[in-house]
Amino acid sequence: MLRFVLSRLLTFVPTFFGVTLVSFAFIRLLPGDPIQLLAGERGVSEARYNELAEQFGFDAPIWKQYIDYLIGIFQGDLGTSFVTKRPVLDEFMALFPATLELSICAITLAILIGIPAGVIAAVNRGKFFDQALMTTALVGYSMPIFWWALLLIIVFSSGLGWTPVSGRMSLMYFIDGPTGFMTIDALLSGEEGAFKSAVSHLILPTIVLATIPLAIIARQTRSAMLEVLGEDYVRTARAKGLAPLRVNGMHALRNALIPVVTVIGLSVGTLLAGAILTETIFSWPGIGKWMVDSIFRRDYQAVQGGLLIIAVIVMIVNLTVDILYGLINPKIRNR
Amino acid sequence: MTLIRTTLAAGAAVLALSAAASAQTLIYCSEGSPEGFDPALYTAGTTFDASSRQVYNKLVEFERGTTDIVPGLAESWEVSDDGTTYTFKLREGVKFHSSDQFTPSRDFNADDVIFSFDRQGNEENPYNSYSGGTWEYYNAMSMPDLVESIEKVDDYTVRFNLTRPEAPFIANMAMDFASILSKEYADQLQEAGTPELLNQQPIGTGPFSFVGYQKDAVIRYSANPDYWKGAAPIENLVFAITPDASVRYQKLQAGECHVMPYPNPADLEAMESDENVNLMQQEGLNVGYLAFNTQVEPFDQVEVRQALNMAIDKQAIIDVVFQGAGTAAKNPIPPTIWSYNDEVEDYPYDPEQAQQMLEEAGVTDLSMEIWAMPVQRPYNPNARRMAELLQEDFAQVGVDVEIVSYEWGEYLERSKDIEREGAVLLGWTGDNGDPDNFLAVLLGCDAVGNANRAQWCNEEFDGLIQEAKTVSEQEERARLYEEAQVVFKEQAPWATIAHSIVFEPIRPEVTDYKIDPFGGHIFYGVGLEQ
Repeated sequence: MLRFVLSRLLTFVPTFFGVTLVSFAFIRLLPGDPIQLLAGERGVSEARYNELAEQFGFDAPIWKQYIDYLIGIFQGDLGTSFVTKRPVLDEFMALFPATLELSICAITLAILIGIPAGVIAAVNRGKFFDQALMTTALVGYSMPIFWWALLLIIVFSSGLGWTPVSGRMSLMYFIDGPTGFMTIDALLSGEEGAFKSAVSHLILPTIVLATIPLAIIARQTRSAMLEVLGEDYVRTARAKGLAPLRVNGMHALRNALIPVVTVIGLSVGTLLAGAILTETIFSWPGIGKWMVDSIFRRDYQAVQGGLLIIAVIVMIVNLTVDILYGLINPKIRNR
Repeated sequence: MTLIRTTLAAGAAVLALSAAASAQTLIYCSEGSPEGFDPALYTAGTTFDASSRQVYNKLVEFERGTTDIVPGLAESWEVSDDGTTYTFKLREGVKFHSSDQFTPSRDFNADDVIFSFDRQGNEENPYNSYSGGTWEYYNAMSMPDLVESIEKVDDYTVRFNLTRPEAPFIANMAMDFASILSKEYADQLQEAGTPELLNQQPIGTGPFSFVGYQKDAVIRYSANPDYWKGAAPIENLVFAITPDASVRYQKLQAGECHVMPYPNPADLEAMESDENVNLMQQEGLNVGYLAFNTQVEPFDQVEVRQALNMAIDKQAIIDVVFQGAGTAAKNPIPPTIWSYNDEVEDYPYDPEQAQQMLEEAGVTDLSMEIWAMPVQRPYNPNARRMAELLQEDFAQVGVDVEIVSYEWGEYLERSKDIEREGAVLLGWTGDNGDPDNFLAVLLGCDAVGNANRAQWCNEEFDGLIQEAKTVSEQEERARLYEEAQVVFKEQAPWATIAHSIVFEPIRPEVTDYKIDPFGGHIFYGVGLEQ
């Protein structure tokens, strides 16, 4: 097992350097000069341009900029945002808890509903339940997020008034807690009603963000279950006279989970980086919106720093999934 | 069912609470996050809304809802006869805000004024390089060349010595970069080794003091009880950052905010008939134009430019591109700016005469490029579509148009080229409400090869606007600018297209809100009715 983990860790090194190179190159390959964009219609004189380029270090040869960037990374310095003039790491860390909180809620919801739905569909293959669940999943998977979110807001927030339209917390409360997780900070603050408010703000964005992973997990669980249900050992278990719930839950599901875990792992990556639409619509102060804004402003340091951190997180998640995979399936561990 | 009931209860509780709180709290659903809170470091309106327009004052200010200059932290000012010295008499007894970290030991005085400008222009000032400061607006308004020195005459008198007479200088002093910060606060932060807090926890003299900012979520202010113009009618001001325009509208409807900027054009119709919304509107301080290159054939002939002006169906552009949220432009400055010459008559839409004039000028089989900007701007919400309409209009008079576009930075750069082919769609939003900020910046001889995309240098026009810079009497200046607009129209270096209309949806209980012609959002003086 240790060897397995170590070999996985080794692949980390080249991937990491690859990511630094790609994140560095990506934003520079886009046409558009950050200084020109900053100046806009107002324009900037040549002398002033050169002065600014020097100040931001854009005048250095490109390889030197890359080396400086790498050196910075190893000193824990991701540079300073061109726009806000604050350290990229600080900017990221101020926003990341919001994204993480929402992602955790969404993936939990997706797992809690997606796996049972997939199992139920597989067990009832071809029957009404199966068809209803899989049609719903297909709709969920294909739905435009923007439209779906606005629909929920119009019905549940403006129409019924059950949930707030957007934001993370009622403006009544000013909670700036230690963890950055609004629900936890609200509890810690001891303010009456703050926790309820945090939860009510989470409901709609969680549903919206969970929709696609939920559909994927449900479909993946269903097909994995169907495959496993046809295996000999399941038939044997049934023949032994085990209760259907035990057969499906213990014997079949455990083996069916292997591909599902992979899908969940991949979803985490998409959730962290891909919550842009959900964050924008619900005014959720997370990193998705921040990344998009930074790309539009050609904020080199912010984009490359943000990409790098997200990539590293995704790599860690994938590594964890790989290890989990090994734990669930001894075949892989020993290969 | 339990879950739904709990949600319902929670929702009801939140609503009840916010209703109670709304008595004195005004919530503004702002469109984005400020880059920081030191306005001189930035150029974005969103940043100014959150900083200079609530927290700070300037020496002189724009009267709310107009482009007129009124006294601010300076009670009065005098201009020397040669127009090169401006002496400001400062207001006494003005207090800076207090916070947990800072309690002012003295009132506002000349040291604060000198500090506020010195840090932008003097490289020796310790704050010159703080927060990666580039002082964009200070540079863009040519302050380094213009200001020779700033003297403290006494504690309440400050003198600016200029290198040349420059009448628009006084308007520059009302701009956001000219906000007055506390020197005492800056010194205290410097000593504590945390100068960057000047940009994060602002201390000003303005109507609202800064309470806190949660990045990308909420900014809080409370009314300054000691404000020198009298405390604001509301007690608290909250910016709820809401990037999506449709969601802002939902929040406005649900009563989660009182004022929202930049509505979705598609929502305007619904807003007009919505009883929860009072839809305010005003012409924006901008102009969208098509600049011919007057140094390239055949656009060097004034008749050709006039003919093409007549070929444009502006009303169709207003209807299609602006969806009604614009007015046809006849002058290069918007009607909200003083000296706007309403006597000027626009070229009529007359394709037949246009074609005839082109033929008389010996221009047949003309093919040209029209450049379409790749970005949305208030003065041009859809340049591609506008270019297509112009293409159709010009085809009517026998001119073949090819539409080209570049990435935005590239577009701005290439369009400056004196030898550039074709006509460029572009526009401008005013900085300080002074006509000079449009006419000299965009059409002066100095700006050829730069912001003057028509590459147009006309002696008569340039003579008028240069003279207007040296006269400090506003009536005389206005007369010169009015005359310059006549020359402009006759010479037609641009086809002036449109001024946008700014819409601001507010809740009916909001009282005395005024649309700021500069596109800002100012909450001093705004009240809430019960």
